[in-house]
Amino acid sequence: MTEKTLLIVVSKILIPLILLFALYVQFHGDFGPGGGFQAGVIFAVAFILYALIFGIRTARKVIPSAVTRTMLALGVLIYGGTGVATMLMGGEYLDYNVLADTVKGGQHIGIFIVEFGVGLTVSSAMITIFYTFSGHVNAELPFRKGDKP
Amino acid sequence: MSDPASFSDPWLILLVVVPLLAAPVCVLLRSAGGAWSTATAVSWAVVGIAIKLLITVLDQGQVYYRIGGWDAPWGIEYVLDPVGAVVVVIVAVIGALTMPYAKNSVEKEIRHDRIYLFYAMMLLCLSGLLGITVTGDAFNLFVFLEISSLSSYVLISLGSDRRALTAAFRYLIMGTLGATFYIIGVGLMYQKTGTLNMADLRTIMPAVIDTHTVHAALAFLTVGISLKLALFPLHLWLPNAYTFAPSVVTAFLAATATKVSAYVLLRTIYTIFGEIDLFADFPLKPVLIVMAVAAMFLASLSAIWQQNIKRMMAYSSVAQIGYIVLGFALASEAGLAGGIVHMVNHALMKGTAFFAIGAMVFATGSMTLRDLQGIGRRMPWVTAAFVIAGLGLIGVPLTPGFISKWQLVTAVLELELWPLAALILLSSLLAVIYVWRVFEVAYLRPAPLGHHKPAEVPLSMSMPLWILALATIYAGANATFTLNLAHEAAQQLMGGL
Repeated sequence: MTEKTLLIVVSKILIPLILLFALYVQFHGDFGPGGGFQAGVIFAVAFILYALIFGIRTARKVIPSAVTRTMLALGVLIYGGTGVATMLMGGEYLDYNVLADTVKGGQHIGIFIVEFGVGLTVSSAMITIFYTFSGHVNAELPFRKGDKP
Repeated sequence: MSDPASFSDPWLILLVVVPLLAAPVCVLLRSAGGAWSTATAVSWAVVGIAIKLLITVLDQGQVYYRIGGWDAPWGIEYVLDPVGAVVVVIVAVIGALTMPYAKNSVEKEIRHDRIYLFYAMMLLCLSGLLGITVTGDAFNLFVFLEISSLSSYVLISLGSDRRALTAAFRYLIMGTLGATFYIIGVGLMYQKTGTLNMADLRTIMPAVIDTHTVHAALAFLTVGISLKLALFPLHLWLPNAYTFAPSVVTAFLAATATKVSAYVLLRTIYTIFGEIDLFADFPLKPVLIVMAVAAMFLASLSAIWQQNIKRMMAYSSVAQIGYIVLGFALASEAGLAGGIVHMVNHALMKGTAFFAIGAMVFATGSMTLRDLQGIGRRMPWVTAAFVIAGLGLIGVPLTPGFISKWQLVTAVLELELWPLAALILLSSLLAVIYVWRVFEVAYLRPAPLGHHKPAEVPLSMSMPLWILALATIYAGANATFTLNLAHEAAQQLMGGL
């Protein structure tokens, strides 16, 4: 246990910072470099670090694979749903202009929501891949050793 | 492109978006029954949209949609022409017949807790295939190509045999190579033209065609698409993938995926490079014809030696793709019409054949010819449907296969390529041999001991099978509609849009 103390302390300091940075990249993506994809990866990295230090079992308690799977699907729905919403509001698919009174405002809201969907899906996809490769695969995930259809 | 805004038809985007969004809904539902109901309802809604689009296209010639309100060529544009509309209807109808068929078949072949994921993947694959067909943007096509490919790798790997994993992995490697080659080709074209819109590429292409960059692009595109199309000798992934995939998946993919790839080839040759006479300026014609003829013969020969009925039909698919590509490569209106009509007919015939095989596998649990002895007496209706498809594959008169081969032979004779006409007829004889082998096993051999009882399949499986079989019969008996459509489409492609 003693040799892990350093790792635990350092990662405890690092993880919140990485998460914060992920949020910054996510929500600043419409003004500067960044966006949902990068933010999603950074967010997942923070969690993967947590899992490496505190063990996969603890990590699974924090974010069960049922949650990641829901997030995976929700992200896609948020993205696609935004497109459907713009169609219902009289625009074309993913035409953000109709989302607000001004074109600028509409584009801003549109990209904000869509990128949030991307972030959600990417981070949960990264975590799912990590879970899958880490071997402790949930019974519902494909490719488990020795299973029968 | 006449004023895209006035033509923006929302159904065109809904065709892709509805199944795309239904897939995550299936994942959220997390129940086999819920996912199945969603997938079935959505797939039939897609058929409605597809037929509506076909009617609009036949009326107006073309339908457009601009995504995000951005005009082409800056934004992504969706375009649907008559050929595309036909492919869309085929994919949608096969998809809609697959879903009810899948219910029982999948319960037997796939682990229960994965079934909802199976339906999510089917919807993604459907959406990807439809997206490839409707998009007018070369890069967007790549995205949909990946959506449909990735989901089909997963679908194939769900097969109950462990070898399904290797088959899926092999397909993954080959499919990724194909997609990568395609995107390299698109990238090279983009470097020369600065555009990704197909119609725009078409207008700019003549100015840059004499560069090595574009020549390389053409080579990459042809090889990449041929890999996805399983054109001989790039077909090696196909037999195993079709054999070990769950029966429903084989039926769906065999009837749709290769047809959509054939359509991509058509789009590349006649839209992107439409202003250039590729067949006169490049050795594309002899290459494609030699590959097509090799596919017709060697794949049919391989089919003859197979002991596994699914693998036999898979090799037969490779051979039939040869006929389709041969039609395209003739570069005449009649040849093109032959290729297009065979695309439709082959989808119907192979859909029927694999649905029938799926029913046999469902009832007997085996797909080797030895275990299927006497199946004609145990499952008369299912075997009869298979025989209809088999006769079509041979090209017996009054079957759709006859129509397309007749059209192809006419086209070949028009160009006075006598040896080629003889080769088409000779290769049909090979089909006689492998279809006869199944016929003999099914009707003339006694059933193995203890397996004399008639075997039943549920109505949810026999209904889609027979709908498709009847469609096959109809397409053979009354080919006016399909032939006219193919001729009209060919005329449009040859004459330039």
